[in-house]
Amino acid sequence: MAGRQLLMTFPVTESSHRLAEYRARGGYAAIEKALRSMRPEDVTKQVTDAGLQGRGGASFPTGRKWQVVVPGDGQPHYLIANADEGEPGTFKDRWILENAPHLLIEGMLLTAYALDARHCFIYIRGEFDLPYRRIAGAVDEAYAAGLLGERILGSDFSCDLIVYRGAGAYVAGEASGLISSLEGKKGYPRNRPPRLTVKGLYQRPTVVNNVESLSNVTVIVRDGIDAFRAVGTAKSPGTRLFSVSGHISRPGVYEVELGYPWRKFLDEDCGGVLDGRALKAVVPGGISSKILTGADIEHLTLSHESLWEANSTLGSGGMIVVAEGTCMVRLLEIMLRFYHHESCGQCTPCRHGTGWMHRIVARIAAGEGRPEDIERLYYVAKYNDGTTICGLGDAAGYAATGILDKFRDEFEYCIEHKRSRYQGRLE
Amino acid sequence: MRSLIPEFEALRARFPAGFASSLVLPCLRRIQEERGYVADEDVEELAAFLGVPAIQIEEVLTFYTQFRRRPVGRWHLQLCRNVSCSMRGGERLIEHLERRLGVRPGETTADGRFTLSTVECLGSCGTAPAMMVNERYVESLSAEAVDALLEELR
Ligand SMILES: Cc1cc2nc3c(=O)[nH]c(=O)nc-3n(C[C@H](O)[C@H](O)[C@H](O)COP(=O)(O)O)c2cc1C
Ligand code: SF4
Ligand code: FES
Repeated sequence: MAGRQLLMTFPVTESSHRLAEYRARGGYAAIEKALRSMRPEDVTKQVTDAGLQGRGGASFPTGRKWQVVVPGDGQPHYLIANADEGEPGTFKDRWILENAPHLLIEGMLLTAYALDARHCFIYIRGEFDLPYRRIAGAVDEAYAAGLLGERILGSDFSCDLIVYRGAGAYVAGEASGLISSLEGKKGYPRNRPPRLTVKGLYQRPTVVNNVESLSNVTVIVRDGIDAFRAVGTAKSPGTRLFSVSGHISRPGVYEVELGYPWRKFLDEDCGGVLDGRALKAVVPGGISSKILTGADIEHLTLSHESLWEANSTLGSGGMIVVAEGTCMVRLLEIMLRFYHHESCGQCTPCRHGTGWMHRIVARIAAGEGRPEDIERLYYVAKYNDGTTICGLGDAAGYAATGILDKFRDEFEYCIEHKRSRYQGRLE
Repeated sequence: MRSLIPEFEALRARFPAGFASSLVLPCLRRIQEERGYVADEDVEELAAFLGVPAIQIEEVLTFYTQFRRRPVGRWHLQLCRNVSCSMRGGERLIEHLERRLGVRPGETTADGRFTLSTVECLGSCGTAPAMMVNERYVESLSAEAVDALLEELR
């Protein structure tokens, strides 16, 4: 086990996701405690002081986001759990939705109480089948038990929760694109300011948090700030769920105590690189986080500060392991094809830049690259950075420059010899 | 769509007041479940029922990849072509299915049994390669597993 655990604390069985078993594990004690003895602002203060950082990709401090919303200011507030989970390589929220749906629901109740939100939504990606049935079933259970709806647990706090299914669009996972989608429109991201916590869903103050972030709220209120901070590092309290895929012996979802040695995690917990091959590179947290080489990660730990120091990020926790002998040109080609396909087209640099970069890399991979192509890729990537409405345009640029910075020689080889050094191998 | 109106009324009652527009996605999903795709008359009727512009519904239908304006084959095979699946044999699997079915992604077999599509990451990267067969996820695929599945679905 990769250090101490806060979320994956029980054996998964056929029935461990059900309400009765969640209650037997101490479930819904935190919301009972909050409704009995805490004011809404106490909950926000706990989450702020616990130092919880968002688990959706940007690692933004959760408490700071909530503080913008003023309970009792006379307008409706909304809370949305982001369960869109579309970042390639990421499948960790699915673990919570399938196996611990009540942990999420309890965290949403606590958050709704803190924010004075009467209505909450779980926006779940449209393809998810079992995760949808599990979370929808859990919501039904919670309503039947009086844990959702009017006057919860005999208090004067009322809260409704709707599970809302997407319909296939990566960009609808971006918080403002998600709000457009939940309003029944195209998932177009919106310009900020105004912040979503000021004008979000139907122009009302809205908090969008990731599934795993909200599940941690339950842990913080249940166990207290000190217990949460006792796990992880001073700058990265708690744990993170990592979904590990690619060339790895034991792919899957792992809960890792922040500060845990990275190489040890891959070698011991995940069984090492597939077929005993050498480690070439790792995408740390979804393809929008910058790739690191096997040598880069040798002495790094899994914490926000460690990744920032290495000029990357833990992102969405979607870790993709790449073995020696893999063609990075083809890997980047797939990534850029994805961004081009998913760009919503509102911003010119993103709409054109992603397609342009994809065409250049596809041409290099096909053995038709030109000497000036590498500089051109850097130029297009820079043009994207910071000039677009949402992070998708930036992310496409980071994926490209991230791989070029580390594996430029492979691209040069491919351009010069008109073929891939690794025969385009991906497997 | 008309037969679904009681269901849509119940759905509307669950949303806060003023959220009619939010019903576009869930209603379209239900319509597609029933008919297999969304027809022109559905768009008009849903626009009238919800009081939203028909153009908004048209935009939604083109924006999201899961919505269809035409029927697909009896079995819709949607294979992931993103990074983690490609690293575990996904590309070979797509080629295998193209050969077996004699169609390219986006096409339907002449007998109307199978439609082949490629999709982006399904969130099944740990059990790659993965695909969807209609609404169901099928994971940890191999050429043999795909052949067995085709046999079963014939
Ligand atoms: C293109 C794009 C896609 C995103 N997809 C997701 C997603 O699927 N799930 C998610 O939680 N956050 C996603 N995000 C991040 C959200 O915008 C937002 O930061 C996050 O949901 C906030 O939650 P947190 O503060 O709890 O991390 C995405 C961002 C971008 C730019
Ligand atoms: S950056 Fe790209 S995806 Fe994001 S809003 Fe602009 S065009 Fe759309
Ligand atoms: S890459 Fe295929 S499911 Fe994620």
